[in-house]
Amino acid sequence: MKKLINDPSDVVDEMLEGMVSAHPERLRRLDGTEVLVRTDAPVDGKVGVVSGGGSGHEPTHAGYLGEGMLDGAAAGEIFTSPTADQLEAMIQACDAGEGVLVVVKNYEGDVMNFDTAAEMVEMEDVDVRQVVVNDDVAVEDSLYTSGRRGVCGTILVHKVAGAAAARGDDLDQIAEHAEGVIENVGTMGTALTSCTTPEKGEPTFDLGEDEIELGIGIHGEPGTERVEQMPADDVADHLTEAVLDDLGLAAGTEVLTIVNGMGGTPLSELFVVQRRVDQLIEEHDLEVWDAWVGDYMTSLDMEGCSITVCALDDERKELLAAPADTPALTVRE
Amino acid sequence: MVEESIQREAIEAAVHAVAERIEAEKTYLTELDSAIGDADHGANLHRGMQAVVEAIEDAEETDPAALVKLVGRTLVSEVGGAAGPLYGGSIMSASTEFAEGIDTASTVAFAEAYLAKVEDRGGATVGDKTMVDALTPAVHTYKKSIEQDELPPLAALAKAVDAAERGVAFTTPIRASKGRASYLGWRSVGHQDPGATSTLYCLEAILDVATEYLDGEIDRDATSPTVPDESAEADGSPEGEE
Repeated sequence: MKKLINDPSDVVDEMLEGMVSAHPERLRRLDGTEVLVRTDAPVDGKVGVVSGGGSGHEPTHAGYLGEGMLDGAAAGEIFTSPTADQLEAMIQACDAGEGVLVVVKNYEGDVMNFDTAAEMVEMEDVDVRQVVVNDDVAVEDSLYTSGRRGVCGTILVHKVAGAAAARGDDLDQIAEHAEGVIENVGTMGTALTSCTTPEKGEPTFDLGEDEIELGIGIHGEPGTERVEQMPADDVADHLTEAVLDDLGLAAGTEVLTIVNGMGGTPLSELFVVQRRVDQLIEEHDLEVWDAWVGDYMTSLDMEGCSITVCALDDERKELLAAPADTPALTVRE
Repeated sequence: MVEESIQREAIEAAVHAVAERIEAEKTYLTELDSAIGDADHGANLHRGMQAVVEAIEDAEETDPAALVKLVGRTLVSEVGGAAGPLYGGSIMSASTEFAEGIDTASTVAFAEAYLAKVEDRGGATVGDKTMVDALTPAVHTYKKSIEQDELPPLAALAKAVDAAERGVAFTTPIRASKGRASYLGWRSVGHQDPGATSTLYCLEAILDVATEYLDGEIDRDATSPTVPDESAEADGSPEGEE
């Protein structure tokens, strides 16, 4: 398997080094850790907003560090939760005395390590709140999760919580906005090919030449069914309908949609899918408030996409429209 | 309560005993984990315990609560995954029970706090085919043996190990409903749970250390100044290792 890597065990370390060298004005690495924080963290008078998880989902999470989004991002090994001591260091580095909101994707390892870290910093009198994102409508329990998995909807939680923190909301208010997103967002993905982890060097799962897997997880964990390859419109129909079924939105609801690439999908194909998603939203008498297309929550080199729909209210629209200045997402006033 | 330096010695002895036992069993633990998990339990725990041995040797403090907390913290940072928080985080959290030193009562409190944290963090109860299946009967037996049957700590610990062993055997025929193995559903039946197994090994290693320390003193009164303390330590620290 051809990969642009050196020693597989150095991938995360070297990636982080590269991210900092590309964005020295935005990103700083905490010494002796795999944690990146905003260069100006902790920001005086502001609640910290942090996240973290296994690597391999870039630009998640460090790509969303900066004004209006995250203050800290902890990178575990590929598809492996960061350890609690690293998370503890991150939370402490992002606490300006106003408390820290921790955004966790729902995977057992992540949840347990974040819980442990929260306990560790609470002993140091840091006010910490956690929200757990579980937007994947495909499967209820999976290889790495009890309950639904946290996937691309997490980026919207980063955006809304980060914007609320930037305008001066307190920890409870920010947590409430974050929960508001979590209750109103759904995602489902599909894989055309398997991802390949650097350590293993071969595909994580076998998929036939003409097969795709619906409901795929972002670590290559199984979805709901394997079906024969189908046209982009049919894939978009299947994923979008499943998400809308789950959300059960009233006609006229304004939504934000994301057509997210899994890492190995050409942008042209994502736009083909976007075109159909837009039609479907209209067919359901919903209104598109904004549509994002690109690689937000990837699975290494997997080909495929996920579709996210988030129902909006005035508060969420205001927070999503607020300025953000990060390596992977910029929103201008 | 015995002197802190002796408590430290007992913690060190327990840490070494557990590390050696895990090293001896790491291939077997990984085999068990290959069948129903992700084949890394033995290696991860071994790496964690090696780090714990180093950390305890390098530690300057003699305060037992701080030392036990260090055991937990080291496991959290070295083991990772779900096992790091389950073993290490629970030891860290329960270590405060030793704030006033290690004696028989505080080992019971530690064991209960450790079990409560594992249950809370992992969301598992008895019958889910996890480490809880070994831990719960062990902790309950230890507590009952001390508090109701008024056995000396060493005898109580020996009974706790027997209970853990039965708990491990119980994991084989049942279906996993928590942890990585639960994904296999009915296919997990017939396989012994690696987390319950490693928990038993930790307790057995602790019992060995306690027996060595208390050899020939089993008949002593449970409230005597040395016996309860040492056995208590050995007991507390191993739970730490789990």
